[in-house]
Amino acid sequence: MTWKTESQRKQYGRALVELGKERSDIVVLDADLSSSTRTSDFAATFPERFFNVGIAEQNMMDTAAGLAASGKTVFASTFAVFGTGRCYDQIRQSIAYPQLNIKIVASHAGITVGGDGASHQIIEDIALMRVLPNMTVIVPVDSVETYKVIKAIAKTKGPVYVRMGRADVPTLTDENATFEMKNASVMRDGEDVTLIGCGIMVSRCLEAAEELAKHGVDARVINLHTIKPLDEKTIVKAARETGGVVTAEEHSVIMGMGSAVALCLVENFHVPMKRVGIPDTFGESGSCNELMEKYGLTVEHIVEAAHDVLKRKK
Amino acid sequence: MEVYDGEFITELESIAKKVRWHSIRMIYEAGSGHPGGSLSVTDILVVLYFHIMKHDPKNPDWPDRDRFVLSKGHSAPALYAVLAEAGYFPVDELLTLRKMGSRLQGHPCMRKTPGVEMSTGSLGHGLAAGNGMALAAKLDRKLYRIYVVLGDGEMDVGENWEAAMLASHYKLDNVIAYVDRNKLQLDGPTEKIMSIEPLADKWKAFGWHVIEINGHNMKEIIQATNEAKSVKGKPSVIICHTIKGRGVSFMEGALHFHGKAPDEKEFNQAMKELGAVE
Repeated sequence: MTWKTESQRKQYGRALVELGKERSDIVVLDADLSSSTRTSDFAATFPERFFNVGIAEQNMMDTAAGLAASGKTVFASTFAVFGTGRCYDQIRQSIAYPQLNIKIVASHAGITVGGDGASHQIIEDIALMRVLPNMTVIVPVDSVETYKVIKAIAKTKGPVYVRMGRADVPTLTDENATFEMKNASVMRDGEDVTLIGCGIMVSRCLEAAEELAKHGVDARVINLHTIKPLDEKTIVKAARETGGVVTAEEHSVIMGMGSAVALCLVENFHVPMKRVGIPDTFGESGSCNELMEKYGLTVEHIVEAAHDVLKRKK
Repeated sequence: MEVYDGEFITELESIAKKVRWHSIRMIYEAGSGHPGGSLSVTDILVVLYFHIMKHDPKNPDWPDRDRFVLSKGHSAPALYAVLAEAGYFPVDELLTLRKMGSRLQGHPCMRKTPGVEMSTGSLGHGLAAGNGMALAAKLDRKLYRIYVVLGDGEMDVGENWEAAMLASHYKLDNVIAYVDRNKLQLDGPTEKIMSIEPLADKWKAFGWHVIEINGHNMKEIIQATNEAKSVKGKPSVIICHTIKGRGVSFMEGALHFHGKAPDEKEFNQAMKELGAVE
């Protein structure tokens, strides 16, 4: 399958500039990575409402807290590895606990960062953010959805974590479709097994479904863009109707999206399940494709997992 | 030179005594808490809430109010006592400190306590949060100021220096910070645990206007704050030399009262020293 690809960050930058024009309460912070995260677009248009804090992510999150406590809607951006783990205490104490209106929009998440290596490839950010009370966690599937997510979260009150990658990603969603945070998107209908993906892995799930179709397996594919709060209804319905679930994420298999789905199913509707994701290990330098291959994130890995689930269904 | 009415200073001092009395009662009643730093910071808080700051206890969300951030959140008892005495909530509520269902959490929570502007407790966050408020004030062309109180042990935290740089870079002359320089942190004297001197030079090097005073002298606190308010184009910090445990003889300079409630005998002695209030 071939799709048009585009950078999520580009649409993030565009959405921010539009928000800046629409609303004077929008303020943006970055920690010396604005040209990479594309908050630079906002900075160029609204220099007085953009604050570069330098390489000081802890300072950025607390400064954001002060701005938000004063009525601003704050977008704070940097690479995901620095915007979560590096300043975890600041996010916990000054953003999540007081429930302040801060949107942490992080780029360069996951292993597809590539050449920078393990130091920059965060595979724990979903886990770190989703365990925080009051925090919403969103992984937009493509650039079109990223744009809509940014617009949507600007209208909500409270802390949100948005995860974006570095690489251009396939455009899977339609510009005219509405984005609803509370509803996971069913991208393909199917009866035999459900493939639930987030981010870059959704396109892999769609390709895997095509592959499975060749063997007479009818797979449903869900884009689980919002990991918290979790759309349990759609997940349980899929489990009930297809009898088996595979999750796929560019994140550690420990406490990421797959774990959230697993816990939901264990408590609500128990079906055979398999998680595709990065095993309990750090990454390394390499090209996107080489890394996806080595760390188990290919179409083949999803197909294999689906067959395993199908076997256990009987 | 400003002239201060003797009676007016005496009144601030008597409020401070009452606040210390409350703090010790609250911590004793709770069975835990931090008396040392609550007592050392009291005079600074009293001057701010009863003389310096524009605020309205009946309308805690008044948009033009001055903001206060207690970065050394473990001195919450003193802050709560000051807020109650100022009229943010009933004085009777003070004895619910640290108890189940209380609005007075062990460390300040902005979502629970009227008058608390920022949730603190984990050290090193308050100055940066204050800077955010100061940036918002500048954006909104508001004239309110942000008063941040830091601990001296807290100077160990790197984020303070990130925030110090930011305030100076963005010329936040609407930020005034106070360092409660009581010279003790949990494990011992600051200079033994992690030396922070020369503290004034550090702040100067980060681009701040620095003033050093006796943090238990009401007049000096007022004068220093007025001087800080007149400084344009840069933030100011007032290093307040204080005594940990100030006001209760056996707590003064006593390390073990950093984070320990007094026992019954100590409590009675403290009450005697702080005098009958009300």
